[in-house]
Amino acid sequence: MQGHHNKQTNKLVRKLVVIVLAMFGFGFAMVPLYDVFCDITGLNGKTATEAAQINESGIDTDRTITVQFISRTAKEMPWEFRPEIAEIVVHPGETKIIKFYAKNNTLVDMLGQAVPSVAPGRAANYFKKIECFCFEQQFLSGQEEVWMPLQFYIDAEIPTDVNTLTLSYTLFDISLSDKASQASTPEETAIVES
Amino acid sequence: MTTSTTDMAHDDHGYMATGIKRWLFTTNHKDIGTMYLWFAFIMFLTGGSMAMVIRAELFQPGLQIVNPDFFNQLTTVHGLIMVFGAIMPAFTGLANWMIPMMIGAPDMALPRLNNWSFWILPFAFTILLSSFFLGGAPNFGWTFYAPLSTTYSNGSTAFFVFAVHIMGISSIMGAINVIVTIMNLRAPGMTYMKMPLFVWTFFITAYLLIAVMPVLAGVVTMLLTDTYFGTSFFDASGGGDPVMFQHIFWFFGHPEVYIMILPAFGIVSTTIPTFSRKKLFGYSSMVYATSSIAFLSFIVWAHHMFTTGMPLIGELFFMYCTLLIAVPTGVKVFNWMATMWRGSISFEVPMMFSIAFVILFTIGGFSGLMLAMAPVDFQYHDTYFVVAHFHYVLVTGSLFSIYAAAYYWLPKWTGHMFNETLAKAHFWCSLISVNLLFFPMHFLGLAGMPRRIPDYALQFADFNMWVSIGGFAFGLSQLIFLAVVIKCIRGGEKAPAKPWDGAEGLEWTVPSPAPYHTFSTPPKID
Repeated sequence: MQGHHNKQTNKLVRKLVVIVLAMFGFGFAMVPLYDVFCDITGLNGKTATEAAQINESGIDTDRTITVQFISRTAKEMPWEFRPEIAEIVVHPGETKIIKFYAKNNTLVDMLGQAVPSVAPGRAANYFKKIECFCFEQQFLSGQEEVWMPLQFYIDAEIPTDVNTLTLSYTLFDISLSDKASQASTPEETAIVES
Repeated sequence: MTTSTTDMAHDDHGYMATGIKRWLFTTNHKDIGTMYLWFAFIMFLTGGSMAMVIRAELFQPGLQIVNPDFFNQLTTVHGLIMVFGAIMPAFTGLANWMIPMMIGAPDMALPRLNNWSFWILPFAFTILLSSFFLGGAPNFGWTFYAPLSTTYSNGSTAFFVFAVHIMGISSIMGAINVIVTIMNLRAPGMTYMKMPLFVWTFFITAYLLIAVMPVLAGVVTMLLTDTYFGTSFFDASGGGDPVMFQHIFWFFGHPEVYIMILPAFGIVSTTIPTFSRKKLFGYSSMVYATSSIAFLSFIVWAHHMFTTGMPLIGELFFMYCTLLIAVPTGVKVFNWMATMWRGSISFEVPMMFSIAFVILFTIGGFSGLMLAMAPVDFQYHDTYFVVAHFHYVLVTGSLFSIYAAAYYWLPKWTGHMFNETLAKAHFWCSLISVNLLFFPMHFLGLAGMPRRIPDYALQFADFNMWVSIGGFAFGLSQLIFLAVVIKCIRGGEKAPAKPWDGAEGLEWTVPSPAPYHTFSTPPKID
């Protein structure tokens, strides 16, 4: 009887250990799943991670949308960072270029990375960036300053009840972190600002 | 490995080491259960004394006793200790003691694993508590949200992570043991639907544990590598997302709160029929309700995150799923009341704690429903209303059920009846002080007092003073319980095999105190 029990017990324990290991793996699998989910649904203010094509769908002159620009630096990031204007009124489909100013206030060489986020989140998929400084890391030597371009349009398909969009950039100091050595166009993500 | 373990346990019959070796090397489920229960009580007093300092600081507005950083360490470690050190080990201790006796098994299925699951726990909490003396304990809240616990940590993250890993391993091993015991060692004739409900709830809880504790292990590992090895799971500058932390954490965290309440349901479903002298009303609906609560617990996690800027559709989904949990929970409360209905009720101490559980847990359930509603949650979020809610379900819920269980089975464990006068004093002092302690917190929260802050606006002063007085009284009342238990171990009226005349179950067929080995030959169930 004892032997019978042990065989059963071993089998069951093995099954349960497999569940435990699978759930440990599932915890990590949630990381890519989360990104995929947000990509598909455009939730969480995530904008596209690659440059959009030039818009060919035409301009909807009947509607206007206010696009607000917010910029801030992460804690302990000593750069100056601001958009040239606080907001702009555009028609859906209309392409605009906005410049952002950045200055390295220190005397040493530094590497910065801007991370965008769009609010409301459901509008994020309709905000198309043709060119963006956030696709690249910014290298500024001490006291260097730069005007960085953002070329964008808003997809004409954007839901009609969205009249205002807020685009927020957070600039991080990545000079010292390992992230600097990674690919030059790190995947973009968002901080929800709404 | 298991082969030799079981054989060892078998060879051990009739032999019991003495002194410290008995406790260090024991594979006996009763010894291990006892150690779990004592450990949980010591941790309860440790975490409780931290709460006393917190309440002393909040007695008056302004900063008097501790600085804000130490206050944060106290709230964090208080939460961690009460969740992982007090409530969960107490339930595991009860499972160890009672499940083999209730299903007619000679011991747990994996006795040596059982010894391990217990003995790694003191190390986990030594690591956690030692951080107080090694540069500061975790100060980022028991929910350890990134980036508070990564970028802005005070250096305690490694202590925290390793402590949680060990606690997690302990819980997983304990849960595997419970499942294997219940599935393989039931006495002949005890089908699943004949198992006592106590066993059912621990069975389901054990499945929840093996499903979510590994996720907790995963998320603290990500935290560790983010903090010390340059990964960016939760760091926006490297392509990560701090909001994702909350998703993974609460995917563990919500089932975790049911891990801490389902066994309580099992306990009161045992005590209420005993003292109502009736069968439990709606046994099978209780089983199904428990299972549906366990299932639903996996799809409601984001109700902790309504204010993170979720889209409306997400808020609605999680809101409706959460409200749905009220249905099986309502079934349970209804069944308990229906069990008492027209029963010949007597008010022994375990019954008093059980009735208090039903009423006060329901209050906690209702405030949970209020918090579940996304539009109003924006007002309640991170206020004392939340503190009131989860203390009603965890203190007057889980803890009161543990007291009910302890009083119910103390005669079986010690062979003596406890001192009823002292025990009633413990009950009434606890009942009054716990409500003075937690009820005004609802009003504080609705009026806007934020949680986890060492100071508050002047208009909250009066309520906070009452709350603190209630807190001190509740803390002191728990020492009465210690006195009752020690007196009961040392002596007292001799307990018969079945001290409660309405009690049912195999554990009452063995003498009191329960012999070191029970059911070496399985009993027959008809």
